Amino acid sequence: MDRSLVVAAFIFALLLASPFLLPLIGEGYLLGLIIKAMLLAIAAISLDLLIGHGGMVSLGHAGFVGVGAYSAAIGLESGIENILVLLLITLAVTGLVALVTGVLALRTSGVYFLMITLAFGQMIYFTLTSLAAYGGDDGLTLWSLATLFGSDVVQSGSGLYFVVLGTLFATWWGVYRITRSRFGRVLRAARDNPERAEVMGFSVTRYRLIAYLIAAMIAGVSGLLLVQHAEFVSPALAAWQRSGDLIVVVVLGGLASRNGAILGAFFIVIVEEVLGSILHEWRLIYGPLLVLMVLFAKGGISDLLAAKTPRGQTS
Amino acid sequence: MNTLEIRNLNKNFGALAVSRDISLSIGAGQCHALIGPNGAGKTTLIHQISGVLNADSGEIMLEGQDISHLSVSQRVQSGLGRTFQITSVLPSFSALENTAIAAQAKAGSSMRFFGDAASETALNALASETLHRVGLADRMDIPVADLSHGELRLLELAIALAARPKFLLLDEPMAGLGRTEGAALVQLLSELRGTLPMLLVEHDMDAIFQLADTVSVLVDGSIIAQGSPDEVRANAAARAAYLGEGAA
Repeated sequence: MDRSLVVAAFIFALLLASPFLLPLIGEGYLLGLIIKAMLLAIAAISLDLLIGHGGMVSLGHAGFVGVGAYSAAIGLESGIENILVLLLITLAVTGLVALVTGVLALRTSGVYFLMITLAFGQMIYFTLTSLAAYGGDDGLTLWSLATLFGSDVVQSGSGLYFVVLGTLFATWWGVYRITRSRFGRVLRAARDNPERAEVMGFSVTRYRLIAYLIAAMIAGVSGLLLVQHAEFVSPALAAWQRSGDLIVVVVLGGLASRNGAILGAFFIVIVEEVLGSILHEWRLIYGPLLVLMVLFAKGGISDLLAAKTPRGQTS
Repeated sequence: MNTLEIRNLNKNFGALAVSRDISLSIGAGQCHALIGPNGAGKTTLIHQISGVLNADSGEIMLEGQDISHLSVSQRVQSGLGRTFQITSVLPSFSALENTAIAAQAKAGSSMRFFGDAASETALNALASETLHRVGLADRMDIPVADLSHGELRLLELAIALAARPKFLLLDEPMAGLGRTEGAALVQLLSELRGTLPMLLVEHDMDAIFQLADTVSVLVDGSIIAQGSPDEVRANAAARAAYLGEGAA
């Protein structure tokens, strides 16, 4: 069997069991940390669809997390509380923003695509800071959260935990299926050799645009759940540094690897948390650590796990 | 009706006319060769036929359908197959996958987000049949990075054939091939000839004289001579321009 499926089964089993295994459920500190990592992983898996499978390195992906979060927050402020309705709004708004920005951004590729997505990401960021009614620069604390048909089960604790875990799994599974489908194959062909894909009869831009829409909508959903978890939105969610963090997660985890994106997200969240608690200037260690990872584990964390032991040797 | 009909094609790059009133018609089952010195405008003509460049004026008809304003991918969908002068394949795909995805383009929508493309039997069967045809049957599962230059040239042809084209544009298919490999490719193309009309741009005169029904000589963007290989060989202007004074 495919080794990545075994790793995924292990990861999800562990995540599923965590709320029951961790003795700290009452405090919620560790669960909160895991939720944070899972939300990062959802956005990272969606970005990996673009980078790893599509060869489109976007430096504006956090913009869609921000758009998703604000769509949900503004929906909540307007009195919409059903999480399913908010989900539809989030998908529609992020999809629309992605359509407009994607049509323009996909006229370019390579470093120009990176620059134009960065520009769009920053436009989203500054648009969000200008929303004075919703807190402007400072962001907005939400006093009421989304409900599932009136039930507060999706608002906190293990209820929210399982919603996020379910979304992570759906994202993992959905992207898994997409990458193996006809569509995914065209996307990879366009990454490998766009000119060739075009001369095979595929309109490369169309396939890329749809991948871009899918990735943006998934990122938007992570934004919605982020609101539910943090009970707070701010433009910082859409800042370009966040987009950079997402790229780091994807590269660290290993390109075109969904498991890698999850492991990368957990690695970053844990390292931040541990280093941050030891040292105020934790980024001084974090930076060199990333350099070492990229230099010595080029295929990312997923590659380290998949490392084969040469025949006749024991590891 | 001719399979490919080019009418009065013109293309200028600034003041430089690279295609001057080019007209060509290639009937069903015909192999039409295009020769000419470097800089004559052969590549520009290929680009205009395949849709990489748009002509300034003129028409390109494929089986009676005007394809002049279609994009590269739409022309392929309409049945125009092509091979590249410089080998162009999908480097991270195997030979079979390279061919299967070309077949996929012509086998229903590729906007399918579920289902395992790699295990679609119809596509794999067509791809494997095509690879058998070009003689790559035992190299199907090899990553393309491990294929030799000659094998890549054959794969290039298989990719074009897998889309079941109505017309084939061959841009220097012999480029870089050794004598035996070249002979094998000529053999293969002569088997296709008669069923699949093609436009062959080639420098290898031996190949042209073996394959072509008609030869056009392109010089400075104009077709200066056209006829059977023997007629062109005997044509003084063509000899002066291309074959070289001493050639017979």
